[in-house]
Amino acid sequence: MTQADHTPEDFMTAEQARVLAPHAPSVNPTGAKPILQVENLRKYFPVKSSGLIRRTIGQVQAVDGVSFEVPAGGSLGLVGESGCGKSTTGRLITRLYEPTGGAIRFGDQDIAQTSARGLKPLRREIQMIFQDPYTSLNPRHTVGSIVGAPLQIHDIVPKDKVLPRVQELLEIVGLNPEHYNRYPHEFSGGQRQRIGIARALTLQPKLLVADEPVSALDVSIQAQVINLLQDLQKEFGIAFLFIAHDLAIVRHFCPEVAVMYLGKIVEIADRETLYNRPHHPYTQALLSAVPDVKQAAIGGRRERIRLTGDVPSPINPPSGCRFRTRCPLAQEICAKVEPPMLQVGPRHKVACHFAGEIGKHPEQPVTAKLLGVDDYGTAEPGATPSEIEQGPGFTDTWFDVNTRTVRHATPDQRS
Amino acid sequence: MTLTASVEPHGDDNFSDVEGDSQTAVAGRSPMQLAVARFRADKLSMVSFAISVFIVLCAIAAPILVAVDVLNPNAFNRDLLSSTGTNPLGRFGGVSWDHPFGVEPGTGRDLLSRIMLAMTWSLGIALTGTLLTVIIGVVLGIVSGFSGGFIDATVGRFIDLTLSFPQTMMLLALSSPAVLLLRTDIAGLPGLGLLEDRDRASGLYVILILAAFGWPPVARVVRGQVLSIREREFIEAAKLMGASRRRLYFKEVLPNVWAPILVYVTLLVPAYISAEAAFSFLGVGIKPPTPTLGNILANSVNYTSADPTFFFLPGVLLALTVVVFNLVGDGARDALDPKTHR
Repeated sequence: MTQADHTPEDFMTAEQARVLAPHAPSVNPTGAKPILQVENLRKYFPVKSSGLIRRTIGQVQAVDGVSFEVPAGGSLGLVGESGCGKSTTGRLITRLYEPTGGAIRFGDQDIAQTSARGLKPLRREIQMIFQDPYTSLNPRHTVGSIVGAPLQIHDIVPKDKVLPRVQELLEIVGLNPEHYNRYPHEFSGGQRQRIGIARALTLQPKLLVADEPVSALDVSIQAQVINLLQDLQKEFGIAFLFIAHDLAIVRHFCPEVAVMYLGKIVEIADRETLYNRPHHPYTQALLSAVPDVKQAAIGGRRERIRLTGDVPSPINPPSGCRFRTRCPLAQEICAKVEPPMLQVGPRHKVACHFAGEIGKHPEQPVTAKLLGVDDYGTAEPGATPSEIEQGPGFTDTWFDVNTRTVRHATPDQRS
Repeated sequence: MTLTASVEPHGDDNFSDVEGDSQTAVAGRSPMQLAVARFRADKLSMVSFAISVFIVLCAIAAPILVAVDVLNPNAFNRDLLSSTGTNPLGRFGGVSWDHPFGVEPGTGRDLLSRIMLAMTWSLGIALTGTLLTVIIGVVLGIVSGFSGGFIDATVGRFIDLTLSFPQTMMLLALSSPAVLLLRTDIAGLPGLGLLEDRDRASGLYVILILAAFGWPPVARVVRGQVLSIREREFIEAAKLMGASRRRLYFKEVLPNVWAPILVYVTLLVPAYISAEAAFSFLGVGIKPPTPTLGNILANSVNYTSADPTFFFLPGVLLALTVVVFNLVGDGARDALDPKTHR
């Protein structure tokens, strides 16, 4: 037999071939209860003046009223450009930051209200995978003590059982269990991220906040790590809040995706709707910026939506809709009235006065009647604003933007 | 670097079971062993280490040798001095088999005995002072750097106060009442049988003064390091695990500031040896007849032209001690820091 007779698979074990093979996109378990409900979550960082008396002269509204839910064993993607507050949201849910307001319901507990002492048992349930595998591992600790530290802190395993458990975890994430004695600097970026994942798994969490878990890695390694996360999700039923800015990876990993802009969620929908029929002009612009391989092969130029200007400062965000300063559709109403999060499909919410598919945006604001204002955002004297559900989840009735009527879910659409 | 080469990771991100045969080579080498191996591979460090161990052993052995009468630091040998009663007879300050380092001018006391015993007290004071300084400096540095805010500001002002304090004035002014106070306080403590109460009290006084005014630079260096370390993601990871403050300070942060601390220690030990010498010179530290490197050197200054050996030997020894401690510290830092490659 010559070398040429071998396919690459011949040199791999069946397990490796399975792990390396492209995985199908993740799907959320049907009928799962939400494990995490975030409602109107806010985080304002004070801006202090310099000098002896440090007065608060302003607030960075990093996260300003976001609501979403993560189904048990499922995953929600959180995308947006740099500085839009997605990492802050992740750090609020893990309570690395203290929320300014709002609720984070995990099980029957509100994490936003829990004291520092009360958080300790919760730490076992919610863990985090960090962005940069080069700073997220203590360079002075061995892999064994990094992965085993949660066991010691929570005192759940007798001392002599720590090492076997650590080795088991290393094996789960595809590392050599004999390497527990090595330091992080002896590993490559992908291996380090696996160590970080093993540490997050140590306490068998129910929810993992993955804060850009692959953006620091090579593209080839990204696929391996994403495959690993998918395997872990399937095997242990872990729910993911997946924060990223790579839309392709989010599309693969997350059946539901929320798009953030300047501290607010502008659109949240299931994968198919968001990627194929986005209703918010920002989402449309974001998706049009994704390079397309097929397009490159044809050689043609694709229509791109170019946003002009910079992201406004979160210290002094624009009135009304925060996106209006860069929005191609913006009109008078956008400056006066903040668009509510309106459910426009069975699993689709969007915060825009002119919500609609690309090229089919309505001329008149769809929200005016619901909010009791005229088309220019001035309050109409006789109108009664309708109640718009602003909770974290989806309801069985929604407002169809094309027909401007309320529609009800057919039985197979009910969640 | 052959020792570390065998455990270098495989560059690719392949799965581990492919490299199953390398497991035997990996097993059973703890991180500490690796550091020791790296240290031993460095010749200069090993030579310095051997010399410093020898010096420390001499310092430890001296009181024992005095007790068993091998060394006689206080016996007068006037017969070895010239008829005028000052300069030693013979060449190089009266070097002989009985007195390998010669004898002291003026008294004829054995110089080897005096220098060895001086090493005991000088090193003892310098090392204890360094230890105390580092403990205070590291704890305050970590706490203030990590907590920030009010605590950081308070410690910062306290550092300014300490640094702007006229310490030499206070040192001299407080010397006699403080020594008196300490003397009554430590009267009950078991001595080595070699030091008088007065010497023990003034030695302790020197240690306390060194530590009280020596910690601010350590705290500043540590605080600066901690400010950058606390922003790293592994600190957040530790908080997420539910780590206590103590664990964060001493298990997560402290190992990352060892290198600058070690560098500072290697500078502090020799600095404190010479500081102690200076104090002795000013008459604050341990006084003759109990020998320290400081008071021997202070005494030898009077005889530099008449008996240069008397000045030369303790001076060279002091310099040697300072240099080898520095080199050992350098080597230890390189060995403990897995990222340093020469």
